Amino acid sequence: MNRLSYIIRRLIQMIPVFFIVTVLVFVLIRCIPGDPALTMLGDRATHEMIEAYRQKIGYYDPLWLQYFIFLKDLLHFDLGSSLRYSEPVINLILERLPVTIGLTVSVVFFTVVIGFPLGFMAGKKRNKLPDYIIRIYSLFGLSAPQFWVGLMLLLMFGVKIKLFPVSNWGDTLPEHIMALILPGITQALGIMAVIIRNLRNNVVDISGTSYVTFARSKGLSEGRIDLRYIFRNALLPTTTILSLWIASLLGGCIIIETVFNLPGLGALMINSVLSRDYSVIQGGVLIFVITVLIINLITDIIYSMLDPRVTLN
Amino acid sequence: MENNILEVKNLKMHYVSKYETVKAINDISFSVKKGETFGLVGESGCGKSSVCKTLLQLLPPNAKFMGGSIKYKGKELIGLSNKELQKIRGREISMSFQELMTALNPVTKVKEQIYEQFIGLKMTKQEKYAKAVNLLKLVGIPSPEQRLEEYVHQFSGGMRQRIMIAIALAAQPSMLLADEPTTALDVTIQDQIIKLINSLKETLGMSIILVTHDLGVVSQMCDSIAVMYAGSIVETGDTLTIFSKPRHPYTEGLIRSMPKDDGSKDRLESIEGAPPNLNNLPKGCSFAERCKYATEICINQMPPLKEVGENHYSKCFHTDLLINSKGLIEL
Repeated sequence: MNRLSYIIRRLIQMIPVFFIVTVLVFVLIRCIPGDPALTMLGDRATHEMIEAYRQKIGYYDPLWLQYFIFLKDLLHFDLGSSLRYSEPVINLILERLPVTIGLTVSVVFFTVVIGFPLGFMAGKKRNKLPDYIIRIYSLFGLSAPQFWVGLMLLLMFGVKIKLFPVSNWGDTLPEHIMALILPGITQALGIMAVIIRNLRNNVVDISGTSYVTFARSKGLSEGRIDLRYIFRNALLPTTTILSLWIASLLGGCIIIETVFNLPGLGALMINSVLSRDYSVIQGGVLIFVITVLIINLITDIIYSMLDPRVTLN
Repeated sequence: MENNILEVKNLKMHYVSKYETVKAINDISFSVKKGETFGLVGESGCGKSSVCKTLLQLLPPNAKFMGGSIKYKGKELIGLSNKELQKIRGREISMSFQELMTALNPVTKVKEQIYEQFIGLKMTKQEKYAKAVNLLKLVGIPSPEQRLEEYVHQFSGGMRQRIMIAIALAAQPSMLLADEPTTALDVTIQDQIIKLINSLKETLGMSIILVTHDLGVVSQMCDSIAVMYAGSIVETGDTLTIFSKPRHPYTEGLIRSMPKDDGSKDRLESIEGAPPNLNNLPKGCSFAERCKYATEICINQMPPLKEVGENHYSKCFHTDLLINSKGLIEL
């Protein structure tokens, strides 16, 4: 009950944030030089054609009027239509959202499955060979550019060993999953570097706390101490970092989606910015903002479940 | 000796790092009888807690065991494997820690931390619960049924000390190492904890090693005492003997610096100077620099632990000079 009222309060708090973002997005896009009419009609369009097009899309309306029309439509869950694709923005986004969500899930999966054990091991074997190897790796993971790592993986596991599809999103779910593995690993390699370092340091710190020594004095087995005392506590700060990364993944997916030719939101956004497709950019950014806000909320809830000292209020 | 539950002989332990060697425990020997409370007294940093942690081998990786023996119920503890030690820890000898705020797992319920002591025992859920409730009652925690479901941060310092003792007692050990159980608590709670430990000793017949720097606590709880200074035991004997006839200048100084309740308004006496750094101990007596009886020999040679009375030993060349020294109690 307490948790439910907290969630409702947080959702209500999101409303003003959301509106501030609409204003920002709306104004900022219109600050970029270039205009949709030129992009849409091309170099050869005559002056009259351009003027006619501008009239049609309301280019000369005052900015506040354009904003209110946008807001009014938004309240009806109408994000407008794309100039480029001549399709409702909401359809374009819903079509691509699953790809980006799938990519995010894939990234988180590989980060957790590979990063958590490595970080824990590095912490346990502090200043021994495994620790050094893992730390050198994480330095590499931090500094290697993702587009390069992605291309290398693609070259190795897609072209040389034909294990994964190259630039092929496919039509069925298994095909989609196969298409998401390499991009997931690519992105995860970068995030993992941060997660491993953080987790390693937490494990080192917590191994030296008196509750771990006390646990040992109770005669508990090392396995139990590792799991229930060290890992459980070490994971808390790492969870926060991971969630921040998940939120920023949505923006970072642009590069990965381009490299792997995935039809996701990132790719859609990039194309829309280049063609000044205002309504798609607006819609996309709003979806990003809502997602980030919701991820933050979910993180806070998960955190309160992991750490009893944190209360939701 | 038959009725000694624990015998420590010539124990040495150093903390070794790249830059220095900290000689935390330097050749100490003592024994604890069945059912007695043995006090390990000394100022902060003299190695008291290190002794406790060495007994259970809970030391950090940089601690190097340099020799000696620890016999518990006649069995040598040094050199036991981790598996064998796990059977001793908590089940035979358990320990309560002085770090009240950080010594319990912050993310699991108190109940689970007590239940962990029942691992390996054939107990049903109901039996575990009943036993946990009884333990909390035993250490004087009100409404135990509700408290079992709570987390450590919901308890006050005194309550945490009680929980730590409850956990330490859960597997019915024969011996409790109580590391500064009263230090972080205010005086009324201190008194309650002292009474609690004393009553546990009576009802459960446990042997207790009490680590403290508080001579007042020692006098209320201990049957015998070892006074530690710079990683060595400088005087050991019955509580009564040591409080009435201290035969080591450091013990004498400690006793003299206790506040007296005779109404005198004199300033408290203190021992001038500070203890030597454990990474750079003098070759002679480590107390010599602060000692008013010190002579040439004290600076050049390490004094032996001399028998100065029945079951009373002092590590000093000049015990004779202290023969008339007065303690707190007149016998």
